[in-house]
Amino acid sequence: MDAEIVYIVLAALFGGFMAWGIGANDVANAMATSVGSKALTIRQAIVVASIFEFLGAVLAGGAVTSTIRTGIVDSELLADSPELLIYGMLASLLAAAIWLLLSSRKGWPVSTTHSIVGALVGFGAVGIGIHAVHWNQVGTIVLSWIVSPILAGFIAYLIYSSVLWLILRQEDPLEKAKRYVPVYMFLAAFTITLVTILKGLSHVGLKFGTGESYMLAIAIALGIAIVGAIVIRRIKPDPKLEKKQHFYTVERVFGVLMVVTACGMAFAHGSNDVANAIGPLAAVVGVAQSGVVSARSAVPVWVLVLGGAGIVIGLATFGRHVIFTVGQKITQLTPSRGFAAEIAAASTIVIASGTGLPISTTHTLVGAVLGVGAARGIEAIDLRVVSRIIISWIITIPAGAFLAIVIFFILKTTLP
Amino acid sequence: MSNVLANILGSSPVMPLERHIDIVYRCAKQLHDFLSAAIDGKWKKAAEVRAEIEALEHEADELKKEIRLHLPKSLFMPVPREDILELLLVQDKIANRAKDVSGLVLGRKMKIPDSIAEEFLEFVDRNIDAAKQARKSVRELDELFTAGFRGAEVELVSGLIEELDRIETDTDERQAALRASLFKIEGKLNPVDAVFMYQVINLIGEIADMAERVGRRLELLLSH
Repeated sequence: MDAEIVYIVLAALFGGFMAWGIGANDVANAMATSVGSKALTIRQAIVVASIFEFLGAVLAGGAVTSTIRTGIVDSELLADSPELLIYGMLASLLAAAIWLLLSSRKGWPVSTTHSIVGALVGFGAVGIGIHAVHWNQVGTIVLSWIVSPILAGFIAYLIYSSVLWLILRQEDPLEKAKRYVPVYMFLAAFTITLVTILKGLSHVGLKFGTGESYMLAIAIALGIAIVGAIVIRRIKPDPKLEKKQHFYTVERVFGVLMVVTACGMAFAHGSNDVANAIGPLAAVVGVAQSGVVSARSAVPVWVLVLGGAGIVIGLATFGRHVIFTVGQKITQLTPSRGFAAEIAAASTIVIASGTGLPISTTHTLVGAVLGVGAARGIEAIDLRVVSRIIISWIITIPAGAFLAIVIFFILKTTLP
Repeated sequence: MSNVLANILGSSPVMPLERHIDIVYRCAKQLHDFLSAAIDGKWKKAAEVRAEIEALEHEADELKKEIRLHLPKSLFMPVPREDILELLLVQDKIANRAKDVSGLVLGRKMKIPDSIAEEFLEFVDRNIDAAKQARKSVRELDELFTAGFRGAEVELVSGLIEELDRIETDTDERQAALRASLFKIEGKLNPVDAVFMYQVINLIGEIADMAERVGRRLELLLSH
């Protein structure tokens, strides 16, 4: 029994460290646009991110965590030797962490999610046996990695095209912005809330009927849109910083909308990425408590809370600096462009989280940014980075798998 | 910085281009003070202004090199990269001309005949106006990008370019008139001085020509 406690503590420590890393590095992708475009101050961004990352992780992170926990490796095969599952989970966590440290040092755009999934597949396929991996599920997951950036890109393209058509290309863009941005706020809030309520809250035990869900989502979104419209009404043009088309003030109006999409992005990110840190922990806990992990048992809430807390601590400590630095560099993503990318990415991610699919939040956001770029919305996109991302897709799974296999066998032979 | 977003949003040439046209205009603007000093025979003052012109032209050159360095072929933009580079090249020529003019006049301590001095200075000012209009047009670049090169903003910039064309036509007319005035008195001048006087007038006229070409390059961007 003592050994089990040790393993849980180890898994919690590694998982907590992973969560910290996610908070420190990845949350910047969700919040940097808002800080860079001055829609939020760095302090406001930290507060917003902390609240919504935590909420996303705890309220909506259960399904993806469950997938990482039992959806990839068939844990029932290890019912006779549960300690192997524990070693494998620890090995996967370590492998993913090592691969991420290595690639961030080298500047490769590697995804946390791809790393952990690759590690698990490696441990399962080689550590136990080919039949130990749910290949159907893995196939679906890999497919979702390709589909999610494309879907986010497509949605972002449509949204930004509508912004160009309705607002930016008009004679009086400021008037049009004041009229239409509250509508965008409503749609943004509605989409995220609806998807979360419909699909994402089951692990917290909250269940709403379809009709109720729509009503609730509409009510919340309406409230947000009304508050937004009031704030927007107060924005006055500043003649010193403006030219004829008032684009500077138009961007400030979009800045209000960006606050909403930043919350949505933080929520979405927490809901999908928390699993990378605490999915393995959830498996270890399950095994330790009952000797076997059932795919049907709910992920314990304290595990989700630990993950959420880790992310928040990471973003409040190291993440601050990263958010600020990245924000300086992506000033091209003005609020009108940034919101389109963020809402497209957030919606896609939240749908994936609800379906229990672990996707790369970073690459989804990149897809969305490319979608805005396709609508001629970005001044300059460095395509070399896109090719580097695609290469990282191909390399990460074998790399993560290989590391996990090596560490697994080390643990298996050295631990009791 | 290993952050993906920071890396993928490549360095945009837009703000640097707007800074460049600003430097180039300030360089051309100096010609008024320079030629006023030359007309008055205040060569020490003229030399000071010429130093300022040289410094600004150098600054423009450095910025031009910076921009070119940060425009790799892999950069995806809403308009062709070549068009941006051409615009930059033509903008830079405005500063080059200003430097050439000041160098020539200072080098020969050129005496500008009193009878055409006023007409001459007005001609210079009109060319500077052309450079100013070019600057005004190029500074709309970031707004053009925001609007995705369509819509009301394009109308606005087209209007600015039309005005630029009008100013350039005006400078052409003044140049012809100035040459005529010079022709009337060229007999009284040292022949070598007279020839160089014509050359200076041509060089100054090229400032408006370059400004007009900036307008043409911008128009090309608008047509995408």
